[in-house]
Amino acid sequence: MEDSATLAADPAMALKRAQQGKSYWRRVWERLREDKVTLAVIAVLGMLLIMVVFAPWFTIHDPYAGSVLRRLKPVGTPGHWLGTDEVGRDLWSRMLYGGRLSLLAGVAPVFLALLIGGFLGILAGYAGGLLNSAVMRLTDVLYAFPSILLAIAITGILGAGLQNTILALTISFIPPIIRISESVTTQVRHLDFVEAARASGARRLTIMRYHILSNVLGPILVYATSLISICIILAAGLSFLGLGVTPPSAEWGLMLNNLRQGIWASPLVAALPGVMIFITSMCFNLMSDGLRQAMDVRL
Amino acid sequence: MSLLKHHVTTGDGALGPLSQRDPSRSKPLLAIEHLTKHFPLQGGLFGRRRAMVQAVDDVSFVVERGETLGIVGESGCGKSTTARLLMHLIKPDRGSIAFRGQRVGVAGGLSQRELHRQMQMVFQDSYASLNPRLPVAMSIAFGPFVHGLGKTEALRRAAELLEAVGLEPALFANRYPHELSGGQRQRINVARALALEPRIVILDEAVSALDKSVEAQVLNLLADLKVRFDLTYVFISHDLNVVRYISDRVMVMYLGKVVEIGPADRVYRDPQHPYTRALLSAMPSMDPRRRTRQAPLSGDPPNPVRPPSGCRFRTRCPLAEAVCEKAAPALLALPSDGARAVACHVHVPTSGHTRAATAGAE
Repeated sequence: MEDSATLAADPAMALKRAQQGKSYWRRVWERLREDKVTLAVIAVLGMLLIMVVFAPWFTIHDPYAGSVLRRLKPVGTPGHWLGTDEVGRDLWSRMLYGGRLSLLAGVAPVFLALLIGGFLGILAGYAGGLLNSAVMRLTDVLYAFPSILLAIAITGILGAGLQNTILALTISFIPPIIRISESVTTQVRHLDFVEAARASGARRLTIMRYHILSNVLGPILVYATSLISICIILAAGLSFLGLGVTPPSAEWGLMLNNLRQGIWASPLVAALPGVMIFITSMCFNLMSDGLRQAMDVRL
Repeated sequence: MSLLKHHVTTGDGALGPLSQRDPSRSKPLLAIEHLTKHFPLQGGLFGRRRAMVQAVDDVSFVVERGETLGIVGESGCGKSTTARLLMHLIKPDRGSIAFRGQRVGVAGGLSQRELHRQMQMVFQDSYASLNPRLPVAMSIAFGPFVHGLGKTEALRRAAELLEAVGLEPALFANRYPHELSGGQRQRINVARALALEPRIVILDEAVSALDKSVEAQVLNLLADLKVRFDLTYVFISHDLNVVRYISDRVMVMYLGKVVEIGPADRVYRDPQHPYTRALLSAMPSMDPRRRTRQAPLSGDPPNPVRPPSGCRFRTRCPLAEAVCEKAAPALLALPSDGARAVACHVHVPTSGHTRAATAGAE
């Protein structure tokens, strides 16, 4: 607010800005650049992504090769700096490879739910009337189940496995995204500038494209990023319960479950996958907060 | 200032819009007949329609080319609904709108899209009526753009209009709504309304949210633009002073009905409907010797869901009699002044109202 007030008061500055003609997203990026915490968090997530995608470059051990002689070695063991798990597999390798599945199971459902739920929600919000009622009442039915319960039920029916985990989590994240998209769109649809656009004789799709989408995509996107952290935890939770990724695949939730038995022998090693889940989901949360702040032009 | 004087005087002058009485003249720019809009109030378990809010009920009037028609009334009397109905932003339940004699929205008549080229609207909330994600020039250019003008052409027109509303294009074109003051934003809204080169602009409380000095500037600008672009205004406001200042004719609404319509000067000098009289006496006087001592009206308007039978004003009217309860008075031209019309039994000699005979002699 202060920023824009001083700009408005200073014609020279305003002129400069006007000539540059910055777009909304450019301004969001500029604000994001000022936000050190968010930048740091994005850097951490970026690093994590690189290490996970290019996992073979960061480790010499096969994540699936165990050794009965080297079971549950503590952190700092020569050759296995993060120790080994209950069947003697190198924990560092498994953390890296496990991150692949954990991140995939955390991001993919949210992305898919964003596409499906966002589409349905915006449609329902913009169309209103009967279509809105139909979509929203269906959403309410799904909403009646807590998302973790819904996910457990779906994987319980479909059986364990990565694909089914992603499917189950997608289904359980569609309702909240529909609800947010619908409410944001309904709000925007009733603002005067949409009326004014209608009054200029624009067709519905044109109004959608120029006036609705630009105002609803931001908030929906921010909400979706805040779901990633929950999704990572849920995905890990499903694996932990034996409903997600199946052994011997490396996945943080599954590793947490398998290492559970060794918690007295080597507590630090047993806790490490949990720490990774915590750090990753917190980073996504902080990133979502930062995005929300950067996108709020009225601040 | 001189421009504004011009407007005030035309109300009384022979050249003013009063020539509407002359049948040889061409059709009025805008003719509204029996416009009605009832909003359903939903309630109950299955969203049954339990009641109807009679927002606008059988309203008829004409707008002449080049005039400014002021619409006044308490909040909730149907002013804004009328505006939205005129713009076809909401569908009327009944009634017709004709532009230059062509009915809107019927086969062979004017399409809504064509109507929108001829009629535009400025909203009250200057912030909500601009897209916060678009630079203001784009908001102005949007109308011409959807009507087929190229992007660069549309933006060039936006720049011209910015100039016309007194905002330097180089400074303001790429600003976002939140970087402007309320007055500047309302100028943008005016520019946007003019972008399609309409004949009529509906100003729905367009200056009500501005502070007084800015309001005056915007009013002057509106008067200026009216002459420059040969515009016709429908000016909706609850501010009686502003309406008198800008309007040639004024229309008074009460609970979705027109109670009085006529040249602004004469209506303000000598109101004929008891409601108009009460409304005008509620205006603070600049003369301390003529200050209002009694509250002219008490209470709130009745519930528009269940308006009173007969005349809608009778529950608050000092002249109400039995006949007012039975029959709703029609909006009829005054015998003494054909340019004015009033909906009150007192002015109909045959109505059976005890004051009806004497009122004619007044």
